[in-house]
Amino acid sequence: MSTDKIITLKVNGSAVKFIAPAHRTLLEALRHEGFVEIKCGCEKGDCGACAVLLDGEPVDSCLTLAWHADGHEVTTIKGLGSPENPDPLQKAFIETGGAQCGYCTPGMIIAAKALLKENPEPSLEDIKRGLSGNLCRCTGYTRIFEAVQVAAEELRREGDVA
Amino acid sequence: MTHSSDFNAEKASNLKVIGTRPARPDGVDKVTGRARFGADMNLPGQLVGRILRSPHPHAIIKSIDTSAAEALDGVKAVVTRDDFAENPDNHAVLCNVMAREKALYEGHTVAAVAASTATIARKALKLINVDYEPLPHVTDVDAAMQPDAPVLHDTIFTSGVDPVPTIPSNIVARCEFGHGDVEAGFAKADIIVERELKTAATHQGYIEPHACVASVSTDGMSELWCCTQGHFDDRKICAALLGIDVSRLRVTASEIGGGFGGKTTVFIEPVALALSRKAGRPVKIVMSREEVFKASGPTASTSMRVKIGVTNDGRMTACDGEFRLQGGAFEGSPFDSAAMTAFACYDLENVKSVAFDVVVNRPKGAAYRAPGAPMSVYGVESVVDEVALKIGMDPIEFRLKNAVRDGSQSSYGPKFGPNGLVETLEAAKAHPQYKTPLGPNQGRGIASGFWFNYGGETCSNLNINADGTVTLAVGTPDIGGSRASMCMMAAEELGIPYDSVRATVVDTGALGFNEGSYGSRVTYASGLAIINAAQQAITEMCKRASMMWDIPADAVTWEDGYAKPSGANAGEFEPMSLAEIAAIAANTGGPIAGHREHNADSAGISFGTHIVDTEVDPETGRVDVLRYTVIQDAGKAIHPDYVEGQFQGGAVQGIGWALNEEYIYGDDGKLQNAGFLDYRVPVASDLPMIDTVIVEVPNPGHPYGVRGVGETGIVPPLAAVANSVSAAAGVRLSELPMSPPRVLKAMDDAKQAAE
Repeated sequence: MSTDKIITLKVNGSAVKFIAPAHRTLLEALRHEGFVEIKCGCEKGDCGACAVLLDGEPVDSCLTLAWHADGHEVTTIKGLGSPENPDPLQKAFIETGGAQCGYCTPGMIIAAKALLKENPEPSLEDIKRGLSGNLCRCTGYTRIFEAVQVAAEELRREGDVA
Repeated sequence: MTHSSDFNAEKASNLKVIGTRPARPDGVDKVTGRARFGADMNLPGQLVGRILRSPHPHAIIKSIDTSAAEALDGVKAVVTRDDFAENPDNHAVLCNVMAREKALYEGHTVAAVAASTATIARKALKLINVDYEPLPHVTDVDAAMQPDAPVLHDTIFTSGVDPVPTIPSNIVARCEFGHGDVEAGFAKADIIVERELKTAATHQGYIEPHACVASVSTDGMSELWCCTQGHFDDRKICAALLGIDVSRLRVTASEIGGGFGGKTTVFIEPVALALSRKAGRPVKIVMSREEVFKASGPTASTSMRVKIGVTNDGRMTACDGEFRLQGGAFEGSPFDSAAMTAFACYDLENVKSVAFDVVVNRPKGAAYRAPGAPMSVYGVESVVDEVALKIGMDPIEFRLKNAVRDGSQSSYGPKFGPNGLVETLEAAKAHPQYKTPLGPNQGRGIASGFWFNYGGETCSNLNINADGTVTLAVGTPDIGGSRASMCMMAAEELGIPYDSVRATVVDTGALGFNEGSYGSRVTYASGLAIINAAQQAITEMCKRASMMWDIPADAVTWEDGYAKPSGANAGEFEPMSLAEIAAIAANTGGPIAGHREHNADSAGISFGTHIVDTEVDPETGRVDVLRYTVIQDAGKAIHPDYVEGQFQGGAVQGIGWALNEEYIYGDDGKLQNAGFLDYRVPVASDLPMIDTVIVEVPNPGHPYGVRGVGETGIVPPLAAVANSVSAAAGVRLSELPMSPPRVLKAMDDAKQAAE
């Protein structure tokens, strides 16, 4: 197929190479490569479950073509932290009950990560706006707001120490 | 061994683990991307399954020609109605899973293919030639009840009416509940209010689309991996539809990305199994979001009439309601529970509640959190609000005056035992939100609600491991933090740390039958089984200690994780810990375990009261939720964070139902908003922090007093928000959702009427 192209990118710091036609989304391509921590909820950019960081910026991977990511760096939820060394957001989502069924959680934490990078001291309204592209149906969002507040506080403390 | 489920006041007041807030055992996997959901499973050699759906809301399927699709390179199987045998016991599910003589709604499955790639599968669908004869359709519940409505099934003759009709209609059944004489009651009333109201169909809106992988072996075990609220139920229905032994189908429940009732039945699973059987390879099917909206479980839309009579001093003299629910193209709307829950909050001398189950050309409905109750309670609580206003009585005082208490005769039959309705109302009255001053265009709404809660068939295992840890095998998928609550209950009983216990939702091969995770039953029923299993293991551990000490088994007691001699005359021995007993189990009789199988029948009823403050923008009709408080009786909160999470989640789903969510059909009978952009669920920026108050009035049928908490939270919000908007806008809307155009129109109409 003439439209196929070899795509080379970094996912969570490691090189990944695959062949993709022009229409393949980053979501489809990366899930096919085994990065199933990226969740698919709507394939239309409505729910945010598939959010990843592309060169540090949050994108819905269902609206991003794999070709556009060629040569770039993708960070998924697994790239933010591990069970042994979690990101403050990951810890806070457990502690507050911000993760319930867990399906929106990877995208939600990615969106929150991008928010805190841009705005380390967000007000409640800032948090609501920053997460309004990510749907959650379990929590009613209250505990997600709390998780982001707790993580922001933790990051500020870490910053003070550093 | 006998098992008591009676409330144990002494035990309940000395709990050590219950009531604390440890981290959920599934939390780390969920926040680090390791949790495996329905679509995350893959099998070697698996094919991609895709479904062909009817473009017509109602049509005879004259013929299906699959030959061109089958001839396409890469297509390994095509299935249609011809691949499923008639199954009278499961007729509606079978017809919904794969259309037979007729397509009954837009999106109804007509055929399916399994191919080596998604691209080939999509091409193959286009090559299937279906000859339809379109028929007139009906999607509105009131229109479907008219004598001249297009009839969906010529086999439906309304049940519950006398005489039984001789001609078929769309009215499947009528039911009636109540007592007393409502006409005599209305004669005693000083004020009577009667209203017609409507609610739109909504979708459960789980973020994870349905997904499954099926692998059928003709000579051995077939396997199904899927996201489901009830894998034992799935096994039962899939085995029946496929004609295979229950023993030869193993179903594994994946992590589940939300269900809310919508994943208690099967849609794609039998199709994937049929494709796999035909192709001889595993088949994976994942629904798109559009398919989720068009072909999986919305809840009923309703129309209703509610009439309430009261005396000037606030006593309800009679209540009369008629509730009409469409459950999609097949029988089974929650019409009966709508009728039963409608007036359940009130202690009434005269009450009559009638409901109808109606079929229309829409997807077959599935359960959605307290099925039927949010709608009928919306009607009743709206009229309650209006009568309280009319007689100038505070809405909480009005409800307190009429509320059911311990011993009240319920509106649907049984006498209520101890319950927390009055306590939730008192807590609402005392809550700071109830006293917060309101500004211009702002209003406050109150509503109460009821849900039965359920128990049901359950079995759980508890295994004491050689290293002193404990493993729980549970058969009810974890949809609300139940692995955490199961571990807490086991830790409580055994007297060991929470972190020493781990719970797994095991596959259907590992336990006896378990009903699914619905009816707010899991923490109660599976939890009670775990408590009983722990008690059984304790008895065994005491016996093992007695063998070591060479004293009678009944001379050993269990305390805080240790076996001890029961008294001085039993002998002097160092207490043995669970870990010490476990370590030598091989020498004292082998592995130590406890198990419990039961049909739990003492679930405690539950009530809640919600307070909501809204502001209406008079320019646009947009409603902002300013403050929201959920107050609900949990009996005993095992893990208060997760109980509050249920309250908050239910309330927000109810807010969406009240303000924005609705299935919109065109005149062509097709769904116009099958996506999250146009079907608008609440987003973060729509909402305030949802406040919660847990009331604890113990369930007499549970040792700690536990009541289910998952569903009641969605019952009051529709009415509470409606009452609040009514107060803020100065005009009462009688149709949900109260979307901006509707609010604006109601305000404009009222303004014009006043001029």
